[in-house]
Amino acid sequence: MLQDLYSLARYALAGLRVLVALTLLLGVLYPLAVLGFAQAAVPWRADGSLLTATGGHTTDPGDAVGSALLGQLVDDPTLFQPRPSAAGDGYDPLSSYGSNLGPDDPRLVDLVRERQAEVAEREGVAVAQVPPDAVTASGSGLDPAISPAYAALQVPRVARENGLGEDEVRDLVAEHTTGRALGTLGEPAVDVLELNIAVRAAAGQ
Amino acid sequence: MSETGTALGQVALLAALLVLTVPFLGRGLAATYSPGGRHLGAERVAYRVLRVDPDADQHWRSYVGAVLGFSLVGVLALYALGRLQQHLPYSLGFPALPADGAWNTAVSFVTNTNWQWYSGEAATGHLYQATGLAVQNFLSAAVGMAVAAAFVRGLARRRTGEGDGAGRVGNFWADLVRTTVRVLLPMALLLAVVLAVLGVVQNLHDPQAVTTLTGGQQSIAGGPVASQEAIKQLGTNGGGFYNANSAHPFENPGPISNLLATYAMLVIPFALAWAFGIMAGDRRQGGAVLAVMAVLFATSVALLTWAEMAGPGQAPQLAGGAMEGKEQRFGLAATALWAATTTGTSTGAVNGMHDSLTAPGGGIAMFNMMLGEVIPGGVGSGLYGMLVLAVVTVFISGLMVGRTPEYLGKRIGQREIVLVAGYVLTTPTLVLVGGALALTTADGLAGLQASGPHGLSEAVYAVASASNNNGSAFAGLTSGTPFWNSLLGTCMLLGRFVPIVLVLALAGRFARQGVRPPSSGTLPTHRPLFVVLLAGVTLVLVGLTYVPVLALGPIAESLS
Repeated sequence: MLQDLYSLARYALAGLRVLVALTLLLGVLYPLAVLGFAQAAVPWRADGSLLTATGGHTTDPGDAVGSALLGQLVDDPTLFQPRPSAAGDGYDPLSSYGSNLGPDDPRLVDLVRERQAEVAEREGVAVAQVPPDAVTASGSGLDPAISPAYAALQVPRVARENGLGEDEVRDLVAEHTTGRALGTLGEPAVDVLELNIAVRAAAGQ
Repeated sequence: MSETGTALGQVALLAALLVLTVPFLGRGLAATYSPGGRHLGAERVAYRVLRVDPDADQHWRSYVGAVLGFSLVGVLALYALGRLQQHLPYSLGFPALPADGAWNTAVSFVTNTNWQWYSGEAATGHLYQATGLAVQNFLSAAVGMAVAAAFVRGLARRRTGEGDGAGRVGNFWADLVRTTVRVLLPMALLLAVVLAVLGVVQNLHDPQAVTTLTGGQQSIAGGPVASQEAIKQLGTNGGGFYNANSAHPFENPGPISNLLATYAMLVIPFALAWAFGIMAGDRRQGGAVLAVMAVLFATSVALLTWAEMAGPGQAPQLAGGAMEGKEQRFGLAATALWAATTTGTSTGAVNGMHDSLTAPGGGIAMFNMMLGEVIPGGVGSGLYGMLVLAVVTVFISGLMVGRTPEYLGKRIGQREIVLVAGYVLTTPTLVLVGGALALTTADGLAGLQASGPHGLSEAVYAVASASNNNGSAFAGLTSGTPFWNSLLGTCMLLGRFVPIVLVLALAGRFARQGVRPPSSGTLPTHRPLFVVLLAGVTLVLVGLTYVPVLALGPIAESLS
């Protein structure tokens, strides 16, 4: 027993030397190498894909209105609305998360029903026309995108509120829609922040 | 293209990537673990500085000692980093982790589980993540692969002699360093660079305040994410930099990064099966093991994809699709593929919330973990887990025809089968006893978000995830309490190291034996018949163990 403990201590001591050396390699040099590459080659992406109010790229948070990769609350009835969010009070990047409600949870069923009524009223359509992504919270709570169907549903309202033609707004949606990667990966998605920046520009604000 | 068409298309792309790279990587792994290989210059310097002898062929007991000693130091170091967080640079002003939480996380990352009770962006600074968590992402993976290499050596070696020379299985330090330096680090570096180009962030910022388009405030969290994300996937670790894990756009910005991350979870476990064939001197043996893994994995992908696209359940039916907890840029099929991959590989990273999966979808994810993480399993643990099941299979087959069972010419006698039985029973015992503890104590029940069958699923999923070193969660469970931290920490520790000790003991016994030439009574273990038998044994073992609890959880929920 004493012999075993002695051996374990010996192995632990060797292990400690190995751990310290490998921590320098894997915990310091490796992330710094990736940092050096990313900051030199793709600084905008490495710093969070920040957008200015005119849609330009920036790495200065003071100039930014958000990240192309992160959804945000849209407190303006004239713009496209994002999906519901369970991150904090909504789209809080410091508490990214989903609702984690199960498929038969009565709380989720109620939420879906409420959201359907809300969206249907806002857009002036029937409840049956509201697409699933409009009434469900994403896993991250920071989903930057909505489905083309949800965007299309919002086109008449956004056009009306901004004094734009529906076709013009539909073109903006198409411009900011990303199709399936390589024709088969993921789902078509419309980046809400980029689209709203374009709507503001078109409306001359 | 139809919905089913795109779902099949992504699987075809993934399969093509794997078919193209697995044999290549498998050959590289086999060379890495072959005896007498040359040391690289840097490795030689490292061994000298560290004062370890990389050429000493260790007895299995020494190998166990080195694994346990090294892991013990890893737990203590990570615990210390967590407890001292407030004094570290780049801690973003976060306080020390609580004692039970720091212990849980230390155990979690050293055991390759990566269960997370905390929320990354709200509890951990950059230094703790990069020098603590990410380092263990590499090292826990390397330990698993080293143990697998030692086990395969035990099977492949011919009589390592009697007395002092008996039962030698290789050198842990050489296996650890080689796995890290030659395999994991180059692969992680390559993947991290690609991920950074695709938009995964890599900086050392504090959260940055921006004024949103409509005048609101948003705080954008940064961090060295690309470097951590790469090894988190490749090492089948799964601990997210952010709370939302790979659902977070900064960890997984789009469908291409999503496919690469899915591929990264699978490539090493499958390649290890290939390497096993080469090391055993008969590629067909590796092919058979790989075939079982691939067939069971593909089946679980198909079932999970069907479940999510059909979208049973009140809320998905009402909403018109099971999009709760899923990201628009991935959609149903890519989230289902990921869920099957992360639970089949012991990774535990998620790109959508498993608690909100449909009832049959969540049930399949749970079933994948209960298989003991062997389709294709975690790096290393998947291979040795499947080989133990192969031993069970030849034993059962041997009993049926009345012959002495043997695998790769190694006789499976009483001592061997006792070790195998211990291995097979360890995790089910932890899952069922742990689950019972959680459901019969007030502290355990207090953590559940849901009631009824879904509540049972939350609790069982958590203990199954911890005991099998997966780390994913039905995350409605509030697990950051002393009760859950202690229970799950214990499950992770025993679920990792008890099987490792048993596997290495088995390796030692096999290494001691000579190789018997196959006779007419030997069951060939490279034919389709064996593939079917092994798949059957894998399913039956899990079925017999877990059917009652699955019936009360996801099955009851699906039927209600």
